[in-house]
Amino acid sequence: MSAELGPGSPKPRSGEGGALTPRGGDTLTELSRALQARSITSEFVTERCLEHIARRDPSINAFITVLDEEARAQARAADREIAAGRYRGPLHGVPISLKDLIDLRGTPTSAASRVRRGHVAAHDAVVSARLRAAGAVFVGKTNLHEFALGTTNEDSAYGPVHHPLDPTRSPGGSSGGSAAAILADMCYASIGSDTGGSIRIPAAACGLVGLKPAVGEIPIDGVVPLSRTLDHVGPLCRSVEDAALLHQMLAGVSNPAPITARALKGLRLGIPRAYFFAVLDPEIAARFEEACDRLTTAGASLDEVAFPHAANAPTIYLHVALPEAAACHAKTLERQPEEYTPNVRLRLEMARYILSEDYVRALRGRDVLIREVNAALRGRDGLLLPTVPVPAVKLGATTVSVGTAEEPVRAITLRLTQPFNITGHPAITMPCGRTHEGLPAGAQLVGTETLALLSVACAIEKVLEPS
Amino acid sequence: MTIEEWLENALRDADRRELPALKPLLEGLAKSTAALRAADWNLDVSGELPETPPEHVR
Repeated sequence: MSAELGPGSPKPRSGEGGALTPRGGDTLTELSRALQARSITSEFVTERCLEHIARRDPSINAFITVLDEEARAQARAADREIAAGRYRGPLHGVPISLKDLIDLRGTPTSAASRVRRGHVAAHDAVVSARLRAAGAVFVGKTNLHEFALGTTNEDSAYGPVHHPLDPTRSPGGSSGGSAAAILADMCYASIGSDTGGSIRIPAAACGLVGLKPAVGEIPIDGVVPLSRTLDHVGPLCRSVEDAALLHQMLAGVSNPAPITARALKGLRLGIPRAYFFAVLDPEIAARFEEACDRLTTAGASLDEVAFPHAANAPTIYLHVALPEAAACHAKTLERQPEEYTPNVRLRLEMARYILSEDYVRALRGRDVLIREVNAALRGRDGLLLPTVPVPAVKLGATTVSVGTAEEPVRAITLRLTQPFNITGHPAITMPCGRTHEGLPAGAQLVGTETLALLSVACAIEKVLEPS
Repeated sequence: MTIEEWLENALRDADRRELPALKPLLEGLAKSTAALRAADWNLDVSGELPETPPEHVR
């Protein structure tokens, strides 16, 4: 390991990382501190990410577009600015990726669909512009379930994404390419979207942190829509500290404050067991209960809460999300239906049969759920529950065994996340141990306000998965 | 339109459009819509109206 760089020192050459040599698994915040201290260069870490993409992505398929030359140029520019004393902040020089439904000026936004073939974004999405202004390095655009309408990433015009820990499994979706890219050290964070769980599901399946902020908090302009009232943009990354940093940058805060962890002692967390624990893989349940025991030992107070209408969440979700998606896709379904992948086309066609009166009934149900989640949060610092009821599912599977029952993959993977898209509450998933096969489990924390949620998440992160 | 009428029309339309793979999805959707319509929050002008929680009174 070479000595720390001082002002005017030569930058590390290729293969020479400076004081912090990327070892795989470094957080964005750790890298950011090293870049600011000039103990490593953006050019070096960007090159390492591009090497990982070149070596591993042919078998993982996390990226639709790799922006290698652009990323190298951005990294060199970041190094020059930092060396000249023009440090822009904690994302300056950090290699990240964007889910390929977020516009990035001058690059295609495919949404993993042939329907958008030939598109090139004329402008940055608001979130891309904010990241660009912060000096982030864009290494590429990541694969997803076509138009974000699915949780496995199998229905993509660019082929499925394979889980970096087991290529026979899905990394989850729809932001599956984003999660796989981080886990395989191809970038330090990725920006995804979450309409029913599409950030939290792949983050949990890959042992990462994924944040769905409160509804409306992060602009969705320049992001290909799925369901405009349920769509959220947020980060996938390796730590709660990273998520807090990225969340503030996405929200337009130019000088983000470091997140302060709440004290564990006296923390009040509600556990919604009814409905949410009714269909749960035994190992996911075991890891969660072990984490609850550790939290209690550490001084947190856990009690059970209930949402009387939680079991209505899937039907409310279906009758809100699908008509809103149908409205966006009506023209292309009529003009070029054969360009959709078959499963996505069928779901969108089904959506067009939902009646307006049923959409209105679902909106009323949404108000009921919002009130019930608000009531459960009253007097508590958050709600804690598993993120996905099952570990990463096998590619090609349409059902998955949970105990003695066979459950449809789509329904089971959305089951614990979609309620909080309906209600709009912020929710974050964190790693919560592994199964005997080494597959990650996730725990989800739900709150009232995103920064307060992040403070609680910061406190419990290490308890959920002790290193 | 009742769920039964809706489903009958939808299935006929799927046949007309030569989309037989859509039919099982429509049958699943019908079950979900039936659950939605049976929920206790739905408004029905023939009887007692549900009480609005205080925080929602404008």
